[in-house]
Amino acid sequence: MAKAIYHAAAQALEARLAAISSQEMIINMGPQHPSTHGVLRLQLITDGEIVKEVIPHLGYLHRCFDKHAESINYTKSIPFTDRLDYLASMNNSHAFVMGVERMLGIADKIPKRVEYIRVLVCELNRIASHLIALGTYGIDIGATTPFLWCFRDREHIMNMLEWASGSRMLYNYIWIGGLFYDLPVGFEERCQEFVTYFKAKLVELDQLLTTNQIFISRTANIGVLPLDVAINYGVSGPMLRASGLKWDLRRVDEYSVYPELEFDIPIGTGEMGAVGDCWDRFKVRVDEVKESVKIISQCLERLIKDFPRKQDFDPRALVPKKVNLKEQDYYVRAENPKGELGFYFATQAKSDIPKRVKARGPSFSNLSVLPELGKGVLIADLVAILGSIDIVLGEVDR
Amino acid sequence: MFEKIITQLKAKFGAQIILKEEIEGLQPACYIDPSKLVEVCEYLHGEPTLYFDFLANITAVDQGAAAAAYTLVYHLTSMPHKLQLVLKINLPYELDQETLPTVPSVHTIWRTADWHEREAFDLMGIFFTGHPDLRRILLPDDWEGYPLRKDYQEAALYHGIPIK
Repeated sequence: MAKAIYHAAAQALEARLAAISSQEMIINMGPQHPSTHGVLRLQLITDGEIVKEVIPHLGYLHRCFDKHAESINYTKSIPFTDRLDYLASMNNSHAFVMGVERMLGIADKIPKRVEYIRVLVCELNRIASHLIALGTYGIDIGATTPFLWCFRDREHIMNMLEWASGSRMLYNYIWIGGLFYDLPVGFEERCQEFVTYFKAKLVELDQLLTTNQIFISRTANIGVLPLDVAINYGVSGPMLRASGLKWDLRRVDEYSVYPELEFDIPIGTGEMGAVGDCWDRFKVRVDEVKESVKIISQCLERLIKDFPRKQDFDPRALVPKKVNLKEQDYYVRAENPKGELGFYFATQAKSDIPKRVKARGPSFSNLSVLPELGKGVLIADLVAILGSIDIVLGEVDR
Repeated sequence: MFEKIITQLKAKFGAQIILKEEIEGLQPACYIDPSKLVEVCEYLHGEPTLYFDFLANITAVDQGAAAAAYTLVYHLTSMPHKLQLVLKINLPYELDQETLPTVPSVHTIWRTADWHEREAFDLMGIFFTGHPDLRRILLPDDWEGYPLRKDYQEAALYHGIPIK
């Protein structure tokens, strides 16, 4: 038996739950509850309709990413990264690949066409991820139509990415040093058609939910997250920006070809209530979809005009046969749809198997603020708050 | 910029605070004295010229039997100054699970540390003193052993269910 002190916290929680007053009640939300977006389990200590304490329990989707990555080489880890945030697989593998390329010293040699294709597919995937966030958020607070509309439009993106990579959700498309294949012939044109189609649909979607009075009353002034609390909890991505800080790693780190692209960083302004409420978080995601559409249009233009498809262009030209790294460690970060995705690598000399890889999932840190936000709210509002955090349990549990 | 931070740290805490510097490589890092961890972090967080307000990540690394150490790696970001800093501390290689390597918690400075430290405790078996709620986070509370340690042997059974 290990020392008692190592089990003290678990026993303290048990004792705390056993000693609730007769007014209080413990409610289990999840792991099968639809509004927990996967297999998150929340234990709520409630007093009537008021939530007094939220105790999250994670790990139902723990698939040992860190341990797996220690036993296989870097290239083989890419499909595993796809499964972290499975709604934004392209963005995950882009971050992972960028880290390995920088350690290899080939990050500057990647052809422009490859980089533009990477950004294009990442932004397409960002839209798909945000569409799920927006649609399911509608469902969480009782609006069914936006969900169906979002999934209809997301399906167009899924189909396009399937055409490029051969897989609907988990692509393994971005490789260390290049891509799996060049874009299929006609992809750019189809993508342009999609952009034209989607711009009109986005206006409709905006009118349907964003300025809907019922929606506003359910989300404005609910779950207000002040900026200092957000930063202290390591919150990043749209959630941090909704609290009013212009912090986007695409601009801060200027990685890939983002410096050559024109786009704004939407932030929360407190238009309907306080800055950093649920409505702001929703609105920031809507605006980010619009910005991603802008990025996609620019990428397509450059791909057609400046870096067109050539017969002898090989997107795998720089793909290393074996990833040979000297002993070093490196932390790479990138802006995922959910926030700062980081990979920490500790490599071994003369081996293409890392000593340690840690994935820093943005949802993990974003979710850690929930016990703070959920203190003293109504149970129905807790659902609204949890939905506005936009978690993916694949990334929280890894 | 890294040298400047090191100079500032040395001026504040004395030269012996920095145990080792890693300046070659993509990201410079410094090993600091584990006993002074909380003071150093408080200083890095509070000092207006640095203001490391965002703790991106805490990673626990098992360096293996040859190097015989556990390393904790703290990745800090300063949002106003757009800086990044890597702090490392080495902990003794305690293979015995009765006495875990122990280090003070930094959750009072960055609340992010709460869950990241729980993860390090859960998977690598690092004990953080002063942590308010150090339970396992990803694995069940009754799990035996620390899976990310290099010498981890998976159990054949869990509650009578074969898991191998």
